Amino acid sequence: MEKLIQMRGIGKKFGEIVALQDVDFELGKKEVVGLLGDNGAGKSTLIKIITGVYPFDGGEMFIRGTKVSPQRYTVQEARKFGIETVYQERSLGERQPLWRNIFIGRHVTNSFGYIKVRKEKEETINILRNLIGLKGAGISPDSFVGMLSGGERQGIAIGRAMYFKSEIIVLDEPTTALSLKEVEKVLTFINMIRENGKSCIYISHNIYHVYSVSDRFVILERGRVVGHYRRSELSLEELSEKLMLHAKSD
Amino acid sequence: MLKTTFNRFKLQFGIFFMLLILIIIFMILSPSTFLSKRIYISFMSTIPFAAILALGLTLVIISGDMDLSFPSVMAISGFTFSSLFLSTGNALIALIAALMVGMGAGLINGFIVVKIGVPSIIATIGMQFFWRGLTTVICEGMSNSIVAVRETTLHPLFVGRVGSVIPAQALWFLGIAIFLWSLLNRHTFGDSIRFIGDNTQTARIMGINVDYVRILVFVQMGLLTAFSSVLVCFEMANWWPTQGEGYMLLVFASVFIGGTSVFGGRGTIVGTFIGSIIIGIIEAGVISSGYSGFWTRLIYGVIVVASVSVYAIMMKKKAL
Repeated sequence: MEKLIQMRGIGKKFGEIVALQDVDFELGKKEVVGLLGDNGAGKSTLIKIITGVYPFDGGEMFIRGTKVSPQRYTVQEARKFGIETVYQERSLGERQPLWRNIFIGRHVTNSFGYIKVRKEKEETINILRNLIGLKGAGISPDSFVGMLSGGERQGIAIGRAMYFKSEIIVLDEPTTALSLKEVEKVLTFINMIRENGKSCIYISHNIYHVYSVSDRFVILERGRVVGHYRRSELSLEELSEKLMLHAKSD
Repeated sequence: MLKTTFNRFKLQFGIFFMLLILIIIFMILSPSTFLSKRIYISFMSTIPFAAILALGLTLVIISGDMDLSFPSVMAISGFTFSSLFLSTGNALIALIAALMVGMGAGLINGFIVVKIGVPSIIATIGMQFFWRGLTTVICEGMSNSIVAVRETTLHPLFVGRVGSVIPAQALWFLGIAIFLWSLLNRHTFGDSIRFIGDNTQTARIMGINVDYVRILVFVQMGLLTAFSSVLVCFEMANWWPTQGEGYMLLVFASVFIGGTSVFGGRGTIVGTFIGSIIIGIIEAGVISSGYSGFWTRLIYGVIVVASVSVYAIMMKKKAL
């Protein structure tokens, strides 16, 4: 399988504190990887290295086969490689219609900067129907984001990332503070990511949410990878036991 | 289809309806005035001055900022225009200089708010005092009479009577409204204004140059303020040190009657356009209906409070 991300022996220190130590991590095409671990295990640090927010101190990282140097790998650089982080609340304007939210900062315009509104609305319908499967339910390109549920908002942000050719979509705790029904929706969107041929890194500390959609699980503990499983290898109960075990061994 | 179109624009329909009702009431109370075309032509000559300010302010408020300095920016721009016209006799040079002063004042507002980080409401109150003070100091409290401006070629272009009927300033008002409408609704610049007013962090994450857009919005306000002051100077052939005073509340009333949200992120040019007409016809309507001018302010108050209450209720019901 083609590897989109390969990390070998990655380390990261903040002053004296070791945030990551000798971490190996891989992400393949059309793969959803669940990143598990307790608070402070290093999940966010790992993600921030992948998205170019923090430089790594040691080890090596390949993105789509290209070796990247920690000094030159920035957020912009990560975006060029098609890596996009989806933030739930921070990336949508609530008082704006969906089509504006989809195209914000990347509008289809003529040479005077005037927006091709009709085209953008058509594309928005496309994204709603085909990329994230939001059908009917009174949602149209002119609907305001403020009227959508938390799960649907995630869907819009995910659909936007896919539409703009993001190959790797990073979801940081996308199901926090959502009702069960809404969690269900977000999980459907994550499945859509794979169906569209893209990959996803999904951070959560709720293994029940992660289990059903992930192909693989990587468990971090105190900055180290302590477990690495395929879903086919173990049941939800077994995964749960492994996590408990790692937590107890502290 | 028709129903959804209506739903999307019900705010605009609502306010247009309000204008119609107001005119019908005045027609009933004062048929001799409101059934003749003279009053409407007179409206077209008086309303544009404050209405152009309201159009510019609409963009400022949608971007989540405030500008309280415009009455004084009017004074300093008008002073620049009238003094330069007196000393050079050239209206074009005076016009360009006045517009530059207006944009400069907008740029200073933008800089203080965006780069230094003073909340816009506070920064522009300060600038409001500053410009009024500076103008009064320089002009030593004296007006500038510029009767000769009536003889210039620019005069008919700005305040002449098109087809010897329609005041040119009304066409400027309409043209500016159409331009700003297209900017706000169809241009990426307007899109950026909406998102900045809605959620600045979102705008930043999605790659909008927030500081640049906010400053530019202040600059356009300064430019339109100066333009309005030049129109007043042309129309009156006079400039006086208190120019612009009294516009502040009327302009804000026009914007808020028009349905623009004080919280930023939402607002309509069409609403402000009609809102400023409503504000502009009330005084004449009240007086010609036989009531004393004292009623005017009371009616402004009722209309402003009633309309923003309706918008608030609609927002609560998520009907907007």
